[in-house]
Amino acid sequence: MPQIFHHSTNALAKVSIFGAIFILLAALWAAAELHRSSWNTGQWIERQQPIQFSHKHHTGDDGIDCRYCHTSVEIAASAGMPSTETCMNCHKQIWADSPYLEPVRASFRTGKPIEWIRVHDLPDYSYFNHSIHVNKGVGCSTCHGRVDQMPIAYQASTLQMEWCLGCHRNPEKFIRPENKIFDMEWRPENRTSQDLIEGRSLLSKYQIQKPDVLTSCSTCHR
Amino acid sequence: MADDPHNEAPIHATVPVVGAGLTFSSVTDKISSLVLKRKTPLWWFIGFAISFVLVQLLLLTITHLLFTGIGIWGNNVPVGWAFDIINFVWWIGIGHAGTLISAILLLLRQKWRTSINRFAEAMTLFAVASAGLFPLLHAGRPWLLYWMFPYPNTMGIQPQFRSPLMWDVFAISTYGTVSALFWFIGLIPDFATLRDRTRSKPFQIIYGMLAMGWRGSARHWHRYEMAYLLLAGLATPLVLSVHTIVSFDFASGVIPGWHATIFPPYFVAGAIYAGFAMVLTLTIPLRKLFGLEDFITMRHIENMAKVMLATGLIVAYGYIMEAFFGWYSGNIYERFMIWNRIIGGPYRGFYWALILCNVLAPQIIWFKRFRKNLLVLFLLSIVVSIGMWLERFVIIVTSLHRDFLPSSWGMYSPTVWDFSMFLGTIGLFFALLFLFIRFLPIISIFEMRTILPEAEVEED
Repeated sequence: MPQIFHHSTNALAKVSIFGAIFILLAALWAAAELHRSSWNTGQWIERQQPIQFSHKHHTGDDGIDCRYCHTSVEIAASAGMPSTETCMNCHKQIWADSPYLEPVRASFRTGKPIEWIRVHDLPDYSYFNHSIHVNKGVGCSTCHGRVDQMPIAYQASTLQMEWCLGCHRNPEKFIRPENKIFDMEWRPENRTSQDLIEGRSLLSKYQIQKPDVLTSCSTCHR
Repeated sequence: MADDPHNEAPIHATVPVVGAGLTFSSVTDKISSLVLKRKTPLWWFIGFAISFVLVQLLLLTITHLLFTGIGIWGNNVPVGWAFDIINFVWWIGIGHAGTLISAILLLLRQKWRTSINRFAEAMTLFAVASAGLFPLLHAGRPWLLYWMFPYPNTMGIQPQFRSPLMWDVFAISTYGTVSALFWFIGLIPDFATLRDRTRSKPFQIIYGMLAMGWRGSARHWHRYEMAYLLLAGLATPLVLSVHTIVSFDFASGVIPGWHATIFPPYFVAGAIYAGFAMVLTLTIPLRKLFGLEDFITMRHIENMAKVMLATGLIVAYGYIMEAFFGWYSGNIYERFMIWNRIIGGPYRGFYWALILCNVLAPQIIWFKRFRKNLLVLFLLSIVVSIGMWLERFVIIVTSLHRDFLPSSWGMYSPTVWDFSMFLGTIGLFFALLFLFIRFLPIISIFEMRTILPEAEVEED
């Protein structure tokens, strides 16, 4: 009886057995990496806005406080976007004729708000409130990064659930004193043991709940 | 022929497990010809066509389900589990006979298993496939079911290992994997036989690939026997563990009627009971249609009936104990549940139908006259399958529909989609089975050869 398979198929059979394991593992690894990549999360990607607005210039160079524009960050779920009038407070005096700012003046004339592009978009199934975080020791730069160094704003964190839980499980590693919340230069993490001792004392000062409450499903998914 | 030493009638202490006059070559010829030579019979086309239509019904139901959501089923608060879980448990239970026959009876050296193990293992696989569909789809968003597995995910959380539903995922996936491996390994020498005997080039290639280079050398056999034995050892605990874990889905809940320590053994016995009933339902017509009376003899049929009787009695003991515990607990909720289930509740008819099917009807197996009557056994096996389905209905629906608060009481009635899904999985099961009996040897050729009188080595 003639051979059905050529002798070389033996090698193919052996390769396919090992290949099945390694190809599968490689595919799973690639999927996991892709899921965490900025292609999926949008992290690090700069968002072009309708106006060439630079956080670096306004916050870093001019030293304007975050709350000057994001007025509701301490009292509401949303940090709030500034109205055109807020821009015009200064820009009717300085750079008042700049062609870059024509869309702002147009918005001021017509009353039609500027359509800013959202940089941080949490999914609707997660309940997030800025005020509770800001009032309990989470500084702006912990989540948003060094905004004072961003000519064009980008998302500094993955916004994936493991990232949220990283803090909700160990809040003492991230919270800071009340007067440092809006400090862009404050290190976003408590790394030294001295920091951690301070962080733990802040937990009781802010009356932050235990991690089993902070990580309960319904804390964020209501 | 009488003085031919190879055809001497062997002396057996018991009834032989195969018919007289079979030889190595006639066994191989007969079983492999079912696949290779015989024209596909008309009944095969009819049976496959009906099953195939039901598979389409299944696909239609699943499509509608995915587009609309599980609201198309009748289960809703307070009866959150109904047909989906009933059918899941029913199918998984049916699979157990296959594993019992192939693994435990192998380790116990029960030679009669050889004629039916291949077939029963196939039944196990197809039953697990049908069963798996239900929890998969009941999850609502089946495309996210990989969340049930512990893997390094971006959510930073792991599945709830304290939940029996989580254990279910592992139990069922292990069961499916081991059953498939066991079945495939068992098929390898037979794939080689088919490869060597078929004349068609494409089938030579297909069977050849599946045979994985089997040449039947002594070294091959040595390793093969070891692998098969190890897999049998792996599969043996699964017979007990899988349905135990399925029973934990209920027993670890606090619902009266579920929260009982008897559940694991009672579920395992019920699974084997239902499984043997299904093996009988399938074997009786098949041996007739394929003319396999010499291979699957009356001794097989009788043995299976006896296993059914024994496990049926264990199940009956379970029913008695459930009722006893309900009364003995002194707990008003437990007592109400038993009263509601047996005497006063709206579903009491289902309970009594279950007792009739599962406890009373099988008692006829005590009589040899009925045990030897194929028609009676065939009908009885279907009655037991219905009874086992009713058992799950009674456990799930009657326990749920009377909540702790009377204001939450409700009734359950299935929708047309519940039925179409169930019928669809029956279609899937039979369609796979029809493909199996057409393209693979339904009896293990090489194992049959080992139990022939010819294989008995005389020692001088």
